Amino acid sequence: MSAPALILAALGIPLAATPLIWLARGDPDRREAVTLLAAAGLFAVVALLVPIVMNGGRPGAVLFKVLPGLALAFEVEPLGLLFALIASTLWIATSVYSIGYMRGNKEQHQTRYYMFFALALAATMGIALAANLFTLFIFYEALTIATYPLVTHKGTDEARAGGRTYLTILLTTSILFFLLAILLTWQATGTLDFRPGGILADQASPTLIAILLVLYTFGIGKAALMPFHRWLPAAMIAPTPVSALLHAVAVVKAGVFAVLKVVIYIFGIDTLAAIPASRWMAYAAAVTIIAASLIALTRDNLKARLAYSTVSQLAYIVLGAMLANRLGAVGGAMHIATHAFGKITLFFCAGAIYVATHKTEVSQLDGLGRRMPITMAAFFLGSLSIIGLPPMGGLWSKWYIALGTLDAGSLTLLAVLMVSSLLNIFYLMPIPVRAFFRKPAEVAPAEGIREAPWPCLVALVFSSLGAFALFVYPAPLFRLASALFAN
Amino acid sequence: MIAANLPALQIVVPLLSAPLCVLLRDRRLAWGFAVAITWIAFAIAVALLARVMSEGVISYEMGNWAAPWGIEYRIDRLNALVLLIVTGVGALVAPAALRGIEREIPAERAPLFFTAFLLSFAGLLGITITGDAFNLYVFLEISSLASYALVALGPDRRALTAAYRYLVLGTIGATFILIGVGLLYMMTGTLNMADLSARLVAVNETRAIHVAFAFIIVGAGLKLALFPLHMWLPNAYTFSPSIISAFLAATATKVGVYVLIRFVFTIFGVAFSFEEMPLGEILLVFGLLAAFVASIVAIFQNNLKRMLAYSSVAQLGYMALGIGFASVNGLIGTLVHLFNHALMKGALFMALACVFHRLGSVDIGDIRGLGRRMPLTMAAFVAGGISLVGLPLTVGFISKWYFVLAAIEAGLWPIAVAILASSMLALIYIGRVIEAAYFQPPPPGAPPVEEAPWPMLAPTLALAGASIYFGLDTELTVGVARAAAEALMGVQP
Amino acid sequence: MDVVGHFNYWVAIALMMTGFYLVIARSNLIKKLVGLNLFQTSVFLLYITMGKITGGTAPIVKAGFELYTNPLPSVLILTAIVVSVATSAVALAIIVRIRETYGSTEEDEILRRDRE
Repeated sequence: MSAPALILAALGIPLAATPLIWLARGDPDRREAVTLLAAAGLFAVVALLVPIVMNGGRPGAVLFKVLPGLALAFEVEPLGLLFALIASTLWIATSVYSIGYMRGNKEQHQTRYYMFFALALAATMGIALAANLFTLFIFYEALTIATYPLVTHKGTDEARAGGRTYLTILLTTSILFFLLAILLTWQATGTLDFRPGGILADQASPTLIAILLVLYTFGIGKAALMPFHRWLPAAMIAPTPVSALLHAVAVVKAGVFAVLKVVIYIFGIDTLAAIPASRWMAYAAAVTIIAASLIALTRDNLKARLAYSTVSQLAYIVLGAMLANRLGAVGGAMHIATHAFGKITLFFCAGAIYVATHKTEVSQLDGLGRRMPITMAAFFLGSLSIIGLPPMGGLWSKWYIALGTLDAGSLTLLAVLMVSSLLNIFYLMPIPVRAFFRKPAEVAPAEGIREAPWPCLVALVFSSLGAFALFVYPAPLFRLASALFAN
Repeated sequence: MIAANLPALQIVVPLLSAPLCVLLRDRRLAWGFAVAITWIAFAIAVALLARVMSEGVISYEMGNWAAPWGIEYRIDRLNALVLLIVTGVGALVAPAALRGIEREIPAERAPLFFTAFLLSFAGLLGITITGDAFNLYVFLEISSLASYALVALGPDRRALTAAYRYLVLGTIGATFILIGVGLLYMMTGTLNMADLSARLVAVNETRAIHVAFAFIIVGAGLKLALFPLHMWLPNAYTFSPSIISAFLAATATKVGVYVLIRFVFTIFGVAFSFEEMPLGEILLVFGLLAAFVASIVAIFQNNLKRMLAYSSVAQLGYMALGIGFASVNGLIGTLVHLFNHALMKGALFMALACVFHRLGSVDIGDIRGLGRRMPLTMAAFVAGGISLVGLPLTVGFISKWYFVLAAIEAGLWPIAVAILASSMLALIYIGRVIEAAYFQPPPPGAPPVEEAPWPMLAPTLALAGASIYFGLDTELTVGVARAAAEALMGVQP
Repeated sequence: MDVVGHFNYWVAIALMMTGFYLVIARSNLIKKLVGLNLFQTSVFLLYITMGKITGGTAPIVKAGFELYTNPLPSVLILTAIVVSVATSAVALAIIVRIRETYGSTEEDEILRRDRE
């Protein structure tokens, strides 16, 4: 298939899967097969694009013109390809996991769930492969709308309230700040295309560039920079597979991906380095890193703790972008991948624990390692990756971001990274340690707690092994990330 | 021969069909007749638009009396677009009308209903197509009078007082326009719009022209429900028959905006209106106030028709804002929003008409759980609602794009932020409806309802689909709007 | 200020404001309608009087006359009178229905009934 056809297929496959899932709603196995086939197909399509891009190619496809000068257009470049690869790989894993979780929990409205999941993946692909800010914005908003039914899946009052927070914060930041920034950029430069080296270089005054930086960074609410982070913990009301893929991979990664993309292809690393506002935004990211870690320490609900951990980890990527140097950007890009694998493992484990035991609080998990060894071992490995310790992939991405802080000459920011890793240990490590080395607080029920359903186990083993693989074999990831600055 | 007389036929066909409709005793016959007439009118409007886009301005002299002594019908891109909007909405609403009025109007009155509908329709078309200022007043009154009667047909008894109030305020507005036209005639000796614009240049400084301008702006403002002259709108839209709410919301106020644009840009001219007179500032202030105040009031309404009525006032505020910028992008925003709002509000009100038809109520408490029982209707409502908020892939986004762009170009940053902020208010009141319809169980004792009947559902879905389609393919709307805006601003294309 | 020369305008304004005042200040629906009619009639006077040209004769072409009064305003006002009559008719029809439904033509009374 030609490259443009591959690009359109990347969008078309999940989009076409949505009505097909609805048609297959009568037979759950057939319906799940549609999802799995679509996920596999999507992965194949994205994988086929890899060699083209690694050879320096930047294939594109234009769909149609929406406004004069603004078309729905796509272009594949290393960062987008990285994001697309992660999302499509983990869609397969999450789909397998979902089968175990949704059936194990006997959840309602499963057809609706799988349909909007596919739609959300289509929107994610649109974001990853966008050739201009206009296309990115369109799919960014589409992602918010497509994930709303997933967040409010349970239909309870809490789900509704959580959905309200989710929608309000994301839409307000995107319309009030992000859209305003896009229009200002359009008016100043006459174009919204992503170009290496950025488009703002000589077109806007330093003040305008600074204002735009602030507007973009806070406007891309999916990056969960404080104080616009509240939607993340609020969205934890969703079923765990939703939290897993969307809030460890697709939605939040779309946010930080957009930040990186804007920094590299709209501002340009050099333009950004020249203005002091980028350093201030780096400090804002640093505040988020520390504050979110501290809040995570206080949360007993496992998913809430993981949510705040995500907020903190996302700020790493924003920090990497705001350092305005290559090392920081490459580290940030790598962190998209390593954090995705690490965090999704943790969420998979949290969901597996819920399905098997209906426990949601950290304090209830003592001694669980005896009965759910695989799950807690995976949790341990995932924690290591998030903390950034060997033998897990998180080490490399943190390494490069740290190098980036040195390159930018900021020992403060390096210290922030170190402190944050320490805090990560404090809020993550106790969980597997207590699970393996403490006695359970209560007597187990008569038939005992079994391990999670096997599809869940397969998924979480896969993702933890993936994080391990990224440690042992980081070269392909590193090459893809550094291809950002190849030209 | 028909082709040459199309402009006249655009008016004559609906106008003559109205009295014929009275003679048709059977309601189905009257309905079928009305549908046929609206569709013919729509076809004529499409033909006229095509001709204007290829040949330029069409000038048609009624009775072959040469302008400026005779009445001239003058079609440029601006009114070709508005003709398309009015006939399009009419063509979509008419098929739904038979079932739509079942619950609200007694069967033997239906032919009279369709008569009034056709009269209002013809009047609106006349306002749009004419190139003569007094002729505009006459058609304005024709359509308004028919609208008053239509509003008064509503099932709730408060429709009568709403219609009376609408009548009083509407007549005052039209009379103001009449005064203004009279003063213009006194100073220039002509009533033809093109001639007026040429002759006004010489007498611009006189107080008489200033006063004429003021009267016309206030009169047009009353007709388009510009805040604070909007008092008649909420009650009129709430208590009129649901089909008429849909029709009026999508057409009558749009034609009011057209009247304002025609007077400000074509007759008085940009230089006079914005430099000599403070029209820009006035429209900016009142447009923003409308957007904020009306949206906030809409949030607290429990009757959904009233909520959408206030929402319309807010959206009309945006259109006034676009005019106030006095720039090409601002005008593009207004003209595109004319089209887009007609689609959005048409879809929303039509969805409510479907709901009322089945449920007998449009209170937010009664629509709980409706997302499951009437999925297609509520899906259309959601589509219109998303468009109102202005999310991409819908028409609302396109309009907002141009408004904010115009604000940025004019250097009015706070207004750009205000426009974006006020659209978030729409999210609140649309969100209330979505939560009620999809998240809450039906109220106890609710009658079992099924989806709306097809003659009502199809136009609703068509309007909802159009509000998404034209958000993707903007060639028609933005293309025509840009050409019209450039012509109005006097920019050489 | 040319009071005498412009007296037609003064009359028109006076009638206009009287009519306007009636519309706003009176709560009886019929009186409002009377005010509206007065308002519209004043505009007619404005138009018609401005058509008169000093020294002009009736606008019927006849040999020997050079200056004619402007016939156009009168013609326009004929149309406007018809519109005004139609407006009054619709308004009165609505008032009759209101009277049947509410039993009163006083606005305050009607609002009070609605509140119940």
